Amino acid sequence: MKFLRDMLDRIEPHFEEGGKLEKLYPLYEAADTFLYSPASVTRNLTHVRDALDLKRMMIMVVVALLPCVYMAMWNTGYQANAAISAGSSVTAMEGWREVVFASLGFEHDPNSWWANMVLGSLFFLPVYIVCMTVGGIIELIFCIVRKHEINEGFLVTGLLFPLTLPPTIPLWQVALGIGFGVLIGKEVFGGTGKNFLNPALTARAFLYFSYSKEITGNVWTAADGVSGATMLGALAENQDNPAIPFSEIVAKVDGHGVSWFDSFMGWTQGSMGETSTLACLIGAAILIATGIGSWRIMLGVVLGALAVSGIFSLLPGENTALLSLAPHWHLVIGGFAFGTVFMATDPVSASMTGTGKWFYGFLIGGLTILIRCINPGFPEGIMLAILFGNVMAPLIDYFVIKANIKRRMARYEER
Amino acid sequence: MESYLDICLKAIFSENLALSFFLGMCTFLAVSKNVKTALGLGGAVIVVMAITIPTNNLIFVFFLKKGALAWINSDLKNVDLSFLGLISYIGVIAAIVQILEMALDKYLPTLYNELGIFLPLITVNCAILGGSLFMVERNYDVVQSLVYGLSAGFGWALAIAALAGIREKLKYSNVPDGLKGLGITFITVGLMALAFMSFGGMF
Repeated sequence: MKFLRDMLDRIEPHFEEGGKLEKLYPLYEAADTFLYSPASVTRNLTHVRDALDLKRMMIMVVVALLPCVYMAMWNTGYQANAAISAGSSVTAMEGWREVVFASLGFEHDPNSWWANMVLGSLFFLPVYIVCMTVGGIIELIFCIVRKHEINEGFLVTGLLFPLTLPPTIPLWQVALGIGFGVLIGKEVFGGTGKNFLNPALTARAFLYFSYSKEITGNVWTAADGVSGATMLGALAENQDNPAIPFSEIVAKVDGHGVSWFDSFMGWTQGSMGETSTLACLIGAAILIATGIGSWRIMLGVVLGALAVSGIFSLLPGENTALLSLAPHWHLVIGGFAFGTVFMATDPVSASMTGTGKWFYGFLIGGLTILIRCINPGFPEGIMLAILFGNVMAPLIDYFVIKANIKRRMARYEER
Repeated sequence: MESYLDICLKAIFSENLALSFFLGMCTFLAVSKNVKTALGLGGAVIVVMAITIPTNNLIFVFFLKKGALAWINSDLKNVDLSFLGLISYIGVIAAIVQILEMALDKYLPTLYNELGIFLPLITVNCAILGGSLFMVERNYDVVQSLVYGLSAGFGWALAIAALAGIREKLKYSNVPDGLKGLGITFITVGLMALAFMSFGGMF
């Protein structure tokens, strides 16, 4: 490790003012502070000194995301392997992935952990690498031109975004999406901490409205010729038909039916990182324990969703399966858990005040169910609900602060 | 026939005048620097729309529509005055705004001063004229017009208040020089419209 420090110190003069590579200073700074604590720390009074600075905070989010990443790789591979090995009519995958997969000596066996992981990685890693490269280049250009530092915030955005994508997404769309998210969602406002929308969700919403075919399709299993809708997809398809009972729809999901426990564990189809509620809960525990994610927001979202879906499920009369879906199902299907834990709690774009966080969370949770159940256009609602929450967050804060001022004024005048 | 709740939710969310039709942009962009003024202007727009749209509805139904003049004299039942629509709606809007201006000057002078030139500019705010024209196009009756006016105004007010909240927050941002001011506001409004698309097709 000493060697690394020495090398960084040796090349530092080149990047400082007057050096040959002065313009690339952000790159050096990033490499240095990713590896070691920054040398510049606050020394004066009136500062709270904490080991958890912005850099470590962002890394903690990445750590909290690791269970989701693991599930993304394993589950993507498992779904594809299961589909290929089960169906005799299913042709094997085509393209470079199959070539690599076969040349490594693997077979499509869903019971083999290695085969699942390797196949899943072949889908997840290219998407991730494209995200980091394209997003990183845009970030670097902005840092050099605008002379600010490369921030770990980008690592979080670059990991969140691939996890919200289906495995079958074309890579050029990934590049386009992350480009939009980093550029318009974040950098035009001045970089990390200055934006008002979550950049990863901005990127996904941009892709969603531009190329909805690829991102809302029914067939998200990474194998050709497999048909089977995701849970929400299947429910939304039967939205106009109240005659079909819930059990019948569930039996068709993924082609073989899923239970609540399957959905909770994440053994279902869906966007790569969103399927497993359990993995998201582990992430939530890490975020709450380190104080990075707000438990108020998470609880608010869950309560909002339970309230609205509870009301819907109790509505009298003959309703569609989606409308009368039991509240505990809503919590485990689609991207609900992932959005609640990692997207809604983004400290930059969420509400800042304690009371505001409750309102903000409740608004997102309620709106998610509303979009899922009564908007025929969109099967999943959490993404758009969080974006709407981001837009409303400053206004919520404004009213909370106003109410607080009013209350304290009244208390002051009483004396 | 649409229910009142349908009209209301549609006007506020899925067919928000500011964020899905991009009407009333001049005041929307200019008076959204702080939340307080934005709320004041939003309130003024709600009042003006709630009064002008039903009034224009009555004018349309009893004077301008083809055959509307039949209640005066049956000889007039072939008269179609709808080509006078634009000018009469604008006239009504101008008159109402003038009255509102005098009332604000008398009772809420702080708000009156803060709104400044933008209060008379409500007269030519296309969101308000747009509201009247949508009312004609969708054949609302007078109660529906009242509901539509109130909720379309509320939707516009909600949008400008949200934009003002975001712009207050963006004060701490580090926007590139070329984009400062209106440039970043346009981008912000675009992103807000993206978020408002969640309601598209819902109601």
